[in-house]
Amino acid sequence: MAKLHISTTINGEPEEFLCAPDETMLDVLRNRLSLTGSKEGCGSGDCGACSITLDGTLVCSCLMLAAEANGREITTIEGMADGETLHPLQQKFLEEAALQCGICTPGMLVAAKALLDENPNPSETEVRFWLAGNLCRCTGYDKIVRAVLDTAADMREAAQ
Amino acid sequence: MSGSDNKWIGENTIRPDGADKVTGRAAFAADSSMSGMIWGKVLRSPHAHAIIKGIDTSKAEALPGVKAVMTAADIVDFPTDTPVPLGIQDMRWMCRNVMAREKALFHGHPVAAVAAMTEAIAAEACKLIEVDYEVLPHAIEIDDALAPDAPILHDFIEFEGKPSNIAGTIEHTKGDVEAGFAEADVVIERDFTTRPVHQGYIEPHACLVSVAADNKTTIWSSSQGQFMVRAMTALLTGLTQSDIRAIPAEIGGGFGGKTIIYLEPLATILSKKSGRPVKMTMTREEVMRASGPTSGSKSTVKIGAKKDGTITAAEGLYWLQAGGLPGAPVRGAVGCALAPYDIPNGHTLGYDVVCNRSKVAAYRAPGAPIGAFGVECVLDELAEELGMDPLDLRLKNAAKEGTEAVHGPVYPVMGYVESLEAAKAHPHYSAPLGPNQGRGVASGFWFNAGGESSAQVNVTEDGNVVVTTGHPDIGGSRAGIANICAELLGIDYKRISVLIGDTATIGFSNLTGGSRVLFASSIVVTESTNKVIRTLCELAAKIWDIDPDAVEWEDGAARPAGANAGQFDPLTLAELAARANETGGPIGAGAQINTTGAEGGFGTHICDVEVDPELGIARVIRYTVLQDVGRAVHPAYVEGQMQGGAAQAIGWALNEEYLYDKDGKVDNPGFLDYRMPVASDLPMLDTHIIEIPNPKHPQGVRGVGEVPLVPGLSAVRNAVYNAIGIRFNDLPLSPPRVLAALDVREAAE
Repeated sequence: MAKLHISTTINGEPEEFLCAPDETMLDVLRNRLSLTGSKEGCGSGDCGACSITLDGTLVCSCLMLAAEANGREITTIEGMADGETLHPLQQKFLEEAALQCGICTPGMLVAAKALLDENPNPSETEVRFWLAGNLCRCTGYDKIVRAVLDTAADMREAAQ
Repeated sequence: MSGSDNKWIGENTIRPDGADKVTGRAAFAADSSMSGMIWGKVLRSPHAHAIIKGIDTSKAEALPGVKAVMTAADIVDFPTDTPVPLGIQDMRWMCRNVMAREKALFHGHPVAAVAAMTEAIAAEACKLIEVDYEVLPHAIEIDDALAPDAPILHDFIEFEGKPSNIAGTIEHTKGDVEAGFAEADVVIERDFTTRPVHQGYIEPHACLVSVAADNKTTIWSSSQGQFMVRAMTALLTGLTQSDIRAIPAEIGGGFGGKTIIYLEPLATILSKKSGRPVKMTMTREEVMRASGPTSGSKSTVKIGAKKDGTITAAEGLYWLQAGGLPGAPVRGAVGCALAPYDIPNGHTLGYDVVCNRSKVAAYRAPGAPIGAFGVECVLDELAEELGMDPLDLRLKNAAKEGTEAVHGPVYPVMGYVESLEAAKAHPHYSAPLGPNQGRGVASGFWFNAGGESSAQVNVTEDGNVVVTTGHPDIGGSRAGIANICAELLGIDYKRISVLIGDTATIGFSNLTGGSRVLFASSIVVTESTNKVIRTLCELAAKIWDIDPDAVEWEDGAARPAGANAGQFDPLTLAELAARANETGGPIGAGAQINTTGAEGGFGTHICDVEVDPELGIARVIRYTVLQDVGRAVHPAYVEGQMQGGAAQAIGWALNEEYLYDKDGKVDNPGFLDYRMPVASDLPMLDTHIIEIPNPKHPQGVRGVGEVPLVPGLSAVRNAVYNAIGIRFNDLPLSPPRVLAALDVREAAE
C-alpha cells in the first residue's frame, strides 16, 4: 500500500511524515514521531488518554486518521508547557496530587486545557461533563476536578 | 516521632516523578522502543472450552515478514500434580494461562503467538495458524460449573472423591455457631451475588523484550513487581534469573491486575527465536477478554443477635469464580468477611470454583469486598429489625485491641471503633435527605502485608541524596519515601531523588501489592538512612578527632553531642560529602529486610444516593470515607487512595459487569459497554483520615490502598435501600435492574 505524504503543524512546528492510509494519528504520533505522551488506553475513543487538539478542537487521536492532519494544526501534551514553565494546569495537577499512576494525565490535561480555552469559568458540573470522556481509574476524579476548578480561578485572577 | 514535630512527614510535597508525568515524558511500558525491534501478536481461542488437538503454524511461518512463531510447546511445562507456588500464583496454572496447553479454557485464551516486522503482518500471520479444536460444552456462571452435569474443566481436580470444578476450599471456625444462633433473638439469613469486575487500569499490558545471543535478557514491562516478572519469566522460559534484567516501566494502573504476567514470557520466547527485540501490547479488547478480572461470587450470610444488638453468631458461605484455572481470592473473602467484628461464634467457608472465564487476578483487597458485601448488607437489615442505628450496631460489636478475630489473629492497637465514631459525628451522617434519596453505611477490613523489601540510600558527591527501592510506584509512593528520608536527614525533600531500581540494580523486593509498599519501603529506607547518618557522624568525628558516639545528627548536620564533646561548628551533609574522599570514601547504605508488623486496616463509608424512579439510575450524590491509616506520610496521596477505592466500589456496586453471549464470549469487551465511573457519574469524595500509629512501624504507617474498596459495595446498596425501600442482594444495581424492581413493586401495589 503506497504511503501518503502529510504536511502538518505539530505543537507549532512544521512536520512532515509518511503514513499508511489507514494509520491513526495516535500511531503516527507514537510510532513515527516519537511523541509518546499521547497514550492508547482503548483505541476506540472511550478513554481519552490519546486526547489532542486539531485546529483547536479536542479529539481522540485514536479515532483520527493521520492523513487528516494534512494542512492542519495539532497540539499534543508535549506542546503544553512553555519551555521550562509548566502550564498552570500541569502545575496545579502536581500541587494538588491530581494524578496517581499518571497514564490518563496527558489526555486529561489536554482535555482540561481545551475546556478552559473555551470556558474560563466552568462550574463543577461543566468540568465533570467535559471530562466525562477521559477515564481515570485511580483518583475517583475528585482531585482532578478540584485542580481544574482551582486553575481556572487562578487564571481568571491572573488575567485581570 | 510525633506528628507535630515533623517537617516533611505529613506534608503534601510534589512527587519526584511529577514533572515527567504531566509533560508526557514518563515512559510507560508501551512507550519504549529498541533498535531492530519487531512486533508480537497473540492468536486467541475462539472457543470458551475446547481440546487443542493440533496446531499447524507452517503457513504463518511462511508469510513474508514473519520472524518467529511460538506455541505452548515452547513454554516450560509444569505437571499438574506438583505445586510450584510463586507468591499467590502457582506455575502449574501460570504455564497454562499464558498459553493454552491441553485445552483452551476461555474465549480469548492464547494459543499461539507470532513476531513479525509489523503489527499488521503479525496479526495476518495469526490468522494463518491452523488450530484443530474439539469444542466442549462450557460453564460460565458458578451454578453452571457446580451443576451435576457440568462440563468438568480439569480431569485432575477432584472434590469429595469425584471429578469437580471445585478446586479447593478455605474455612475459618471460632466457637460453636449452632449454639450461637440458638442464643439469638433475631437471625437473618440472605443470599447474595456479585459479578466479576475488571481492575480497569487505563494502560493495557505491554512489554518490550530483548534476548541477546548469549541469553542476556532485558524486559521493559508494566507490572506491579519487576522481581515477579523476572522469576515467572525465568520459570516459564527456562532462562536463569541472573540472565534476566527486568526493568519496571512506569505503570499505568494495576490495582492487583499486574501482579501476574501475560505477555513477557511470550515476547521472551519470540525474541529468542527471532534474534530481535520484540514488543507486544494488548488491545483493550484483549485486556477485557483475557486479563483479570476479580471473581464473581455467590454467598449465603447468616447473622444472629440479641435484642440489644450483641451478635451471638455469624456464618458466611462463599463460592468464588476462579476462571479457567484455580486461584480465586477465597482467603480474602472468608478472612475479611467478619474481621471488623467481635463475634463469639463464627464460621466462614469459601469454595474456589473453576469456570470458562479468564483466570482471575488480584483486585484491590482480593476477595474482601465479596466477603464484606453480604455481611454488611445483613447487618443493615439486622439494625433495622432491632430498631438500632446501623453505626451503633457496628459499634456494639466492633473488634478492638485484644479481640480474637474469626480468621484467627488477636488484634493489636487499631482504629476501627474510631472510624465508626468519626462517621457518627461527621456532618454527612446527620445531613437532611431529599425525596428519592437515601443513606447507607458499611465497614471493611483488609489484612495488609509486609514481606521482602530492599533499599539503597546514596549520598552524592555534591551532598544530595538518591534513594532506590524495588517497588513499582502505583500511586505516589515515591513522594512518601522522599518525605521520610528528608525527615530523617533533616534536609529539604527536593534534595532527594527517589528511583525504582530494576532487578539488576536493587535487591529483591516483593511486588507492589497487599498495601505494602509505603509500609515496607519506609522500613528499609529508614534503616538505610539511619546507617548513612551513622556514617556521617563517624566522618565528622574523624574530622573533629572525637569519639563517634559524641556526635549527633540534627537538622541536616553533624553536631557535637553536648558541651563535653567539644566546641565545633556543625558539618552539613554537603560539607561532609565534599570531604568524603579524605575521611572514608563513598557514603551510602542499603537494607534488605523481610518486613513484619503490617497489621490490618479498617474503614467505614457513608454513601448518599438519589434514585431516579423513571430511569432506574442510582446516582451517588455524597460520599465520605473514614479510615485509620496509621500515619499519613503524604496526606494527599492517602486521600487519593481512599477516593480511588471508593470510586471503584461505586462502579462495582452500580454498573460494572461482564455480559457473556451463549457461546461463552464476552459481549462488552470495551470501555463503552463495560461502564466504569466517569467524572460526571461521581460527586466529590470526602475523606476523613484517622491516625492511630501502627506501633510496629518506625513512622506508624499502616497499609491504606485496599481497605477503601471493601465497604463501598454495601454502603451503596444500603443507601439504595434507604432511598427506595428495596433490598437488592445481587450486584450491580444497574438502571435496568433497579427499574425492573421498581416495576415489580408497582405491579404488586
